[in-house]
Amino acid sequence: MFRNQYDTDVTTWSPTGRLFQVEYAMEAVKQGSAAIGLRSRTHVVLACVNKAQSELSSHQRKIFKVDDHIGVAIAGLTADGRVLSRYMRSESINHSFTYESPLPVGRLVVHLADKAQVCTQRSWKRPYGVGLLVGGLDESGAHLYYNCPSGNYFEYQAFAIGSRSQAAKTYLERRFESFADSSKEDLIKDAILAVRETLQGETLKSSLCTVAVLGVGEPFSFLDQETIQKVIDTFEKVPEEEEAEGGEGEAEEAAAPPAAEQGDQDVAPMEM
Amino acid sequence: MTFTIPIDNGDAVKNAEADSQRTLYPYVTGTSIVAIKYKDGVLMASDMGGSYGSTLRYKNIERVKAIGKHSLLGASGEISDFQEILRYLDELILNDNMWDDGNSLGPKEVHNYLTRVMYNRRNKFNPLWNTLVLGGIKNGESYLGMVSMIGVSFEDNHIATGFGNHLARPILRDEWHADLSFEDGVKLLEKCMRVLLYRDRSAINKLQIAKITEEGVTVSQPYSLKTFWEFQAFHNPTAGAEGSW
Repeated sequence: MFRNQYDTDVTTWSPTGRLFQVEYAMEAVKQGSAAIGLRSRTHVVLACVNKAQSELSSHQRKIFKVDDHIGVAIAGLTADGRVLSRYMRSESINHSFTYESPLPVGRLVVHLADKAQVCTQRSWKRPYGVGLLVGGLDESGAHLYYNCPSGNYFEYQAFAIGSRSQAAKTYLERRFESFADSSKEDLIKDAILAVRETLQGETLKSSLCTVAVLGVGEPFSFLDQETIQKVIDTFEKVPEEEEAEGGEGEAEEAAAPPAAEQGDQDVAPMEM
Repeated sequence: MTFTIPIDNGDAVKNAEADSQRTLYPYVTGTSIVAIKYKDGVLMASDMGGSYGSTLRYKNIERVKAIGKHSLLGASGEISDFQEILRYLDELILNDNMWDDGNSLGPKEVHNYLTRVMYNRRNKFNPLWNTLVLGGIKNGESYLGMVSMIGVSFEDNHIATGFGNHLARPILRDEWHADLSFEDGVKLLEKCMRVLLYRDRSAINKLQIAKITEEGVTVSQPYSLKTFWEFQAFHNPTAGAEGSW
């Protein structure tokens, strides 16, 4: 995509009917580190790659609990993602308070998409630079949605966003037909395998990924590092040299792994 | 029974205007509602009277209405406030249906919504002067609860409002049990309504019983109960205590 004279304002159409600022916002999503989501009839698994900017720093949190029955994984401008997560939590808890009942995830994503659309139609705003994989429950079971900076949303059986997500998508395309009836354990395994695809050669370690699960009768929770490592051990032939010292992969920041990283050299500086 | 906040700025006209915007006391009122859970759902009974103080002025008021696919709402108290609540719920259900996404508000959700509405109004010293009974069934689970005009809300297997609290609940406590058949449920409700008919001066002998099951709502045609006035105790009611009524 090259610079052109129609891309300065989000409220300027191009002659071919495109809003370039919105498309540029979607580019920001592609620069972020990968996030993956898959679902069965009863469970949703969200997984993401932990990318620390340097050896000295910790990695950013990219998966958020919105409610017991809704979780979100983000890719792109993490700051925008945090703000939208806060909005989702607010909507969810307001609904719970008024109706004593969980907000159906399908309705939450519509609110989210409408909020994103507003930013594509105001000259004094800019689109959110973050893609959200929203996993949650409603009366008909488990669902996975992708919310785009454009204000569009789509439902998926499985999806991946962020840098090198195409590799994960290829893997998921091969396997998705079996997901609907998968067990929770198989779904987790597929998620971690998809994460491995995005690492492209780098050794998969539990410290490099965060995994969260939610399901019917099972509230949102993060998997701890041990559990993730056990799953990795079932398919990684080479045993891991060192365990990450970070301990639990819970909501609190884990210590950055001092592992050798190829690193994503062209990560947008705004991702930190 | 006034709900005025003392505003001492000496301006009688202004105060009167402010007061006319708030509910101070009820005018046209409905009496008790009695409701029970039974085998297939919920049964709710009410008479069709609207009293204007001590006058039994209106005799064709439906005090139990269907809400969406899954709920029944019965109200005692101010009839105009009940109609206002029906308008709120109408909008709520409409918006819920417009989503058209397979999710729908069940009786628990409607009950909690009403609790919020009633409590918030109470906090503004402008209550909706009703005691509401919300019953329904969704996904095989039956639900029955009530909300008062001050926002007190709870669920139970059997509910009664107004005079029903004093006259019907003792009967229900003794004779209600789980998995009542439809016929037994109706008999139990009629027993309660008959006692209310004898002893509640605002009750009239024209009642409806509404039923809600997974299939939907049915409200019976109005009918009346057989009464018997030849009890010994009715012949000389003050025999035990001269001068009382």
